[in-house]
Amino acid sequence: MSTGEFAGATAPGKLGEAVVVEGLTKRFGDIEAVRGIDITVATGEIFGFLGPNGAGKSTTINMLCTLLTPTAGRARVAGFDVRSQRDDVRRNIGLVFQDPTVDGYLSGEQNLRFHAELYGVPKAVVGDRMRQVLEMVGLWDRRGDRVETYSGGMKRRLEIARGLLHSPRVLFLDEPTVGLDPQTRKSIWDYIQQLKNNEDITIFMTTHYMDEAEYCDRIAIIDSGRIVALGTPEALKASVGKDRVRIETADDETAIAALKEHFDLEAAVHEGEVTFAVSSGEEFVPRLFAELGVPIKSVSVSRPSLDDVFMSYTGSTIRDAEGSANDWMRMAFRARR
Amino acid sequence: MGTQAIAADVVRVRVPERSIRHDLRAVKIVLHRELIRFWHDRMRMVAGLLQPVLWLLVMGTGLSSLLRTGGGNVDLKTFIFPGVLAMSVLFTAMFSAGSIVWDREFGFLREMLVAPVSRTAIVVGKCFGGAVVATCQGVFILLLAGLAGVPYSPLLLLTLIGEMFLGAFALTGFGVMMAARIKSMQSFFAIMQMAMMPMLFLSGALYPLAGLPAWLSLLTRLNPLTYAIDPLRHAVFSHLDINPALARAFNPGVTWNGWHVPVGLELIMVVVMGVGLMLIAIAEFRGSE
Repeated sequence: MSTGEFAGATAPGKLGEAVVVEGLTKRFGDIEAVRGIDITVATGEIFGFLGPNGAGKSTTINMLCTLLTPTAGRARVAGFDVRSQRDDVRRNIGLVFQDPTVDGYLSGEQNLRFHAELYGVPKAVVGDRMRQVLEMVGLWDRRGDRVETYSGGMKRRLEIARGLLHSPRVLFLDEPTVGLDPQTRKSIWDYIQQLKNNEDITIFMTTHYMDEAEYCDRIAIIDSGRIVALGTPEALKASVGKDRVRIETADDETAIAALKEHFDLEAAVHEGEVTFAVSSGEEFVPRLFAELGVPIKSVSVSRPSLDDVFMSYTGSTIRDAEGSANDWMRMAFRARR
Repeated sequence: MGTQAIAADVVRVRVPERSIRHDLRAVKIVLHRELIRFWHDRMRMVAGLLQPVLWLLVMGTGLSSLLRTGGGNVDLKTFIFPGVLAMSVLFTAMFSAGSIVWDREFGFLREMLVAPVSRTAIVVGKCFGGAVVATCQGVFILLLAGLAGVPYSPLLLLTLIGEMFLGAFALTGFGVMMAARIKSMQSFFAIMQMAMMPMLFLSGALYPLAGLPAWLSLLTRLNPLTYAIDPLRHAVFSHLDINPALARAFNPGVTWNGWHVPVGLELIMVVVMGVGLMLIAIAEFRGSE
């Protein structure tokens, strides 16, 4: 399979492909939400789809899970074509949507029971399997309570449990942690890691939290409907190549001017520190002390983060990209549901 | 290795190929969910009782004094009772159908639409679920029969329950068909309100369908609800011990150009309508992405 792999990214473990996407495109009227993307996700991988709201993440996921028909291109999920083998795809995937889809009037257990019946889970295993997934997300004790009494994090955990109930081969998580507090986000990530160890499952997820993308085996950065980078987090960070240096000085303005003059570096003040990017920062620091000519109080050098990766591929930080433009695209999609 | 020990305990599930049996399970669970929700929502049940009681006790009693001058020993409450039954079934059926719009707004519809199950099964489950719930509500009203001078004869009660179920099924079909296109709860109820009131007033729920001016007579015959209510009234009056002239005045039945439409045909019309509406609803849900 040679579908659009850049940045030295080889899929770990050639057990077979869980998701194969070729030239996938979706147009809503004049708007091209997804513009011909290619991805291959290996079985057992945690694959992250990273981008600001409206970049085309949800549209892509919706096509992969057969909720939207692609305008062009092909996609196979768990070995089945999303267009011609809809039901086979659906039987083999689990879904956790961005917006809640549990019934607040029913108890947690009743929600799962409903799911089991809809998916035709054999009656003999429903009870055991239900207990297993509920225990995994820590909701076994609350199973009899109505879901409307659950907190936001509990609801999301219930959705994850439900998405796993029928032992899907590919689990799609659309922004599984959006709107949750850091502690809950952490625990949801623990479940996802645990899942990977226990369930022999491929996870395809979207997120716009940079720190969460670090948990993924590989990530694709999507911007305005196109994949602009794809690889392991480490490979992507290495491809940016520059370290971030932050210094505290007695006189920031003189320091910035001196950096420009002596090293031809563009620096700026962020959070009270003079910040600039340079390749191999550790080697640069001794020169900095020797040649800057402005007293330095402290210095720190950090490896590039995924934020830097995103910035270098899309030209803006993910938070800047967030507020702008594309929100209406998501709304246009919602109106269609 | 630790992880392998855990992995060995994982209960594996194989989701079977689609089959009729699987679809039936889906129908059953969708229906079951309607019942659970109805049962949890006791306020709705009580609120659903209030309106018919008002009609029966207040309107029925109030208007009875007017009627007494005309003589006769038929209580207006008895006359109105089948109409009140139909009314509460109508409202409950619409409410149940509206839960589709609700489910869409709260996301649960997605959970159903992405399942590897036919949409037919989901719509059929919804229609039967709504019909069962509406019939249950009707049964609560039926308990009030004594207040309206309607005898608690087992045969009569069974007939009424059966007829209510058929009517409820057709009405839910209508509601589900509408719910397939309407995306917000507010507009659904606005439109339903707009449809329900004329349907109610132009049926035989509140007055006998004989001796009406031609225009009104025509409109009542075109109203589907008329054919769901007439069998109810027919059943009630066939269990009353009154003189035939009065029975004819209060229970004239439905006539087409002078031909008395038999109850059996009316019921068949209701069933055909229900199935037809359900098929349209199925087509709509299959067509949507």
